[in-house]
Amino acid sequence: MNSFFDSAATALSLMIHFDPALVAIVLRSLAVSSASCAIACFLGMVLGAWLGVARFAGRGALLTVLNTLLALPSVVVGLVVYLLLSRSGPLGFLGWLFSFKAMILAQSLLVLPVATALTHRAVEEADAHHGEQLASIGARPLLRSLLLGWDERHVLLTVLIACFGRAISEVGAVMIVGGNIDGFTRVMTTAIALETSKGDLPLALALGAVLLLVVLVLNALIALAGRWHGSAADLPPLARTAA
Amino acid sequence: MTTLMQLKCVDLRFGRVTALSQVDLKILAGQRIAVIGANGSGKSTLLRVLHGLLRPSAGSVLRDSAMRQAMVFQRPWMLRASVWSNVALSLWIRGRRWREAKEQALPALARVGLSELALRNASTLSGGQQQRLALARAWALRPDVLLLDEPTSSLDPHAKREVEALMEEFARDGMTLVFASHNLGQVKRLATRVIYLEQGRVLADLPVQEFFNGPLLARTSREADLFLKGELA
Repeated sequence: MNSFFDSAATALSLMIHFDPALVAIVLRSLAVSSASCAIACFLGMVLGAWLGVARFAGRGALLTVLNTLLALPSVVVGLVVYLLLSRSGPLGFLGWLFSFKAMILAQSLLVLPVATALTHRAVEEADAHHGEQLASIGARPLLRSLLLGWDERHVLLTVLIACFGRAISEVGAVMIVGGNIDGFTRVMTTAIALETSKGDLPLALALGAVLLLVVLVLNALIALAGRWHGSAADLPPLARTAA
Repeated sequence: MTTLMQLKCVDLRFGRVTALSQVDLKILAGQRIAVIGANGSGKSTLLRVLHGLLRPSAGSVLRDSAMRQAMVFQRPWMLRASVWSNVALSLWIRGRRWREAKEQALPALARVGLSELALRNASTLSGGQQQRLALARAWALRPDVLLLDEPTSSLDPHAKREVEALMEEFARDGMTLVFASHNLGQVKRLATRVIYLEQGRVLADLPVQEFFNGPLLARTSREADLFLKGELA
């Protein structure tokens, strides 16, 4: 019991004094997860919005595969990316294995199905309710998907935040492809796993507390996003310049 | 009078359900056509076929190539953007530049009395205001034919009167109106021609006076008799 409180006190001290090792790991985590989330959400939201309005042969099968990928274990993604990037793999020439880029690639692949599936669901439902009225003023499917995506922006913001939460809290993929190299590819989750196994509980606890804090902020943002139902803002340039 | 649209032997089926059957009709310029019938008779489906939102399973829809048309729905939906942008959007989609579309949206808003609300979020408007906005969005396109699917059925009496007044003004300006309605009083006030549908078939297509004064329809169908007595509205 004492060791828990001692560790917690040391962890608190590390956080209060902005321990350089702790700060470096936290900043690296935020950078990797932000980059992968931005890439996956951009691709996933465009693809999901298009899937929400497009009708083509094989769409049902594609959606089934997409929904299956929602349950993709992070270690499987890590393993696949490892095999792709390993020296003898098809992308081995990039030399990305055990690097920041490999971690971003792995997390992007992990988050992409989440962003795509959730956006698809939101836009498909909006299209079922309002698509006909947009079609009646001449909006074709691509433009309809963009306009409906814009109209469902508060839902998509929640999707964005949920994707970031998924990225920052996973450990398996970044551990495999990043290698948990100190000062280079060590992020919060991999550091917690390592420090716990080494018995350095204060640093692990401090990192755990920061991770919880990040998740708490995300939840608060999701709650705020739920309350935001849009303003009288003009249409975004993206919708205005779409073909 | 010029024929703007013509339906020839149009059938529309959704699986085993026949929504429209052997519909033949012409929409002539300047007419105010009420499409009436009980729920499920095919009124909304007919309007959607006329607007090109649904393709007939059989038969053909012919349109005057120079004709412009617009449609207003029972429950209009607006983007969560400003009232002004919602009107400009329909113009922009039809090929105007955004700046030009914004300029042309202003007279449309003035036409329906919504200028003061131009910068408000459209989704915060009342039902009556949203329907007027839908009319502005349609009017901005300067359509030759305006299709309206039960445009006043979800409105309170005051908003209903406002929308009816706008429909009358549009018709006076030469716009051809085709509207679905359950409200026989409204049909008598606004229409010059009545199309009565029953189970997807056109049972009567008559000038309004003839439709309401002649006993023809009531004798033809028991359902029509009940509908005209207001028991199936």
